[in-house]
Amino acid sequence: MSTKRRAAGAVRDKIIITGIAGRLGRLLARRLHRDVEGRIIGIDRRDFPGRPRDIEHVKVDLRSKKARDIFRAEDVRALIHMGLMHDPRMTAAEHHSWNVQGTARLLDACASYGVPKVIVLSSANVYGPRPDNAQFLGEDAPLNAGLHFPAIRDLIEVDMLASSFFWKQQSCETVILRPVHILGGVRNAPSNYLRLPWVPTLLGFDPMVQAIHELDVVDAIVCALTTGVRGIFNVVGPGEVPLSTILRELEKPTVPIPHPLARAVLTTLWRGKLTSFPVPELDHIRYVCMVDGTRAREQLGFKPRYTLKETIRAVNNA
Amino acid sequence: MGATDWLKSRVQAWVDSKLDPSFRAKLKALPTRQNEYGYDPFGFHRDEAKIAALVTSFLYKSYFRVEAHGVANVPAGRVLLVSNHSGQLPFDGVGIGGALLFDHDPPRIVRAMVERYVQTVPFASYLFARWGQITGTPENCRRLLEDEEAILVFPEGAKGISKPFTQRYQLQEFGNGFLRLALETGAPIVPIAVVGAEEQAPAVNLKPLARILGAPAFPVMPLPPFFPILPYPTKYRIYFGEPLRFEGDPDEDDEVIADKVHVVRNHIQSMLRVGLKERRHIFW
Repeated sequence: MSTKRRAAGAVRDKIIITGIAGRLGRLLARRLHRDVEGRIIGIDRRDFPGRPRDIEHVKVDLRSKKARDIFRAEDVRALIHMGLMHDPRMTAAEHHSWNVQGTARLLDACASYGVPKVIVLSSANVYGPRPDNAQFLGEDAPLNAGLHFPAIRDLIEVDMLASSFFWKQQSCETVILRPVHILGGVRNAPSNYLRLPWVPTLLGFDPMVQAIHELDVVDAIVCALTTGVRGIFNVVGPGEVPLSTILRELEKPTVPIPHPLARAVLTTLWRGKLTSFPVPELDHIRYVCMVDGTRAREQLGFKPRYTLKETIRAVNNA
Repeated sequence: MGATDWLKSRVQAWVDSKLDPSFRAKLKALPTRQNEYGYDPFGFHRDEAKIAALVTSFLYKSYFRVEAHGVANVPAGRVLLVSNHSGQLPFDGVGIGGALLFDHDPPRIVRAMVERYVQTVPFASYLFARWGQITGTPENCRRLLEDEEAILVFPEGAKGISKPFTQRYQLQEFGNGFLRLALETGAPIVPIAVVGAEEQAPAVNLKPLARILGAPAFPVMPLPPFFPILPYPTKYRIYFGEPLRFEGDPDEDDEVIADKVHVVRNHIQSMLRVGLKERRHIFW
């Protein structure tokens, strides 16, 4: 399953995971540790409690020189870049610096030290929920999320950095994964929203949404590690349902609010730093932002293992 | 949460009591995809569409008293239904949808295209999808045709539906997109002529007023209700032509495609002419 490259006498067996201390990072580390050959090294500023003994954790800022030094020995087999900042409460400058500069430096290190595989975990959110979207967007659809949501622009920039790396660096197999809303014990916007004690919705809007189980995303990353696989892939879960169906499945009390009122209230809450949901994210519960996952099915051989019901209920996972 | 659910179940029970049980069984047996929750990829749900079927049934049988000729011409599997568009309000679509639900065996759900801006209107944003109607993008149509569904296209577009009464039954220019779609997916085209919709809201377009208000059109009627909000109960006669099958490269130049589009347009024009000649009265 793995090909070991000999470069400067070193055997390429290191897999670097940025963002390893997050929920998804830890799930991935555990899976790779169990199923894949290689030494796992995580880069994350945060603590990693419960770390398995033979997974190394380098607790540094990924923009720092120490992070780059990990690549120096030319023994890195793959970089899995999940350490992107998705916290809208951080300043725009910090967000941009972390995501864009951080990614640029990592990719530069990969180019300099001949890393043969780079996997970047982007998101299907880059296409943006818009009223004129086709129901299922392909990987070539324009990344329009930034039109009404300035804060997401650096995530789009990361996606584009990875795309140009894909084209320029022919010796490296770059894979960009754009999963749909990840549901599980993860603390991301969709899961946090579905875990609210009572869930606000927009009166008169009930868009179809796609969701994927956190463990299915881990599966997709493992598929991407296969030698020979490269490209941009939308990663979809078991299917699509209206938002109301998800809320009914979770038996959540809902509060439908007219959009202008919801906007006004959320703006006030956001300004008072009382919420982690920025106002433009309201578009996700208003308009459709769904993707076509055919390419991942055919070229990655990826198939989600969890049903819609299991995926939805996963938000209650510990 | 409890109150709305109770209301919904009461409405469903009432709708069920009004619909014929064999029709309900046929609706259940529609070949459209459905996931474990009953939704197709575009949001169509059989149970939620029943109320639309009931309203369509009333409009089809009692209000417009539709006479559908040649519905059997619609083949099984993928098909592009192409029709003239008229009458200020899109009840011609309801007539065609009704014909395929009530006068075709087995019943078929027609996927008509709605304007993109409908996605921004509360309630309309999801109700049209639950009833099977889709946002009119080429990718959506392609996907549905590849799933062997029936798509309804009005190539005249807004120009057709909002034409003034003086231009009734004069087909406006046809867009080419539907023909490229037919060539890409190998779907047959069934030309349809709707006679009777033109007179449901005889209006005149006040262009200067429309321009001032920034609206696409400003239709006014000389008789009540003065604005096209409710149609008159004209009698609809809908003619379904024989399916047309075209072959060729969907990426051909516009001139080549336009020739094929003319064939379809001429079919519809001649069916309209025949229908108008046969008609004795507008309202019955």
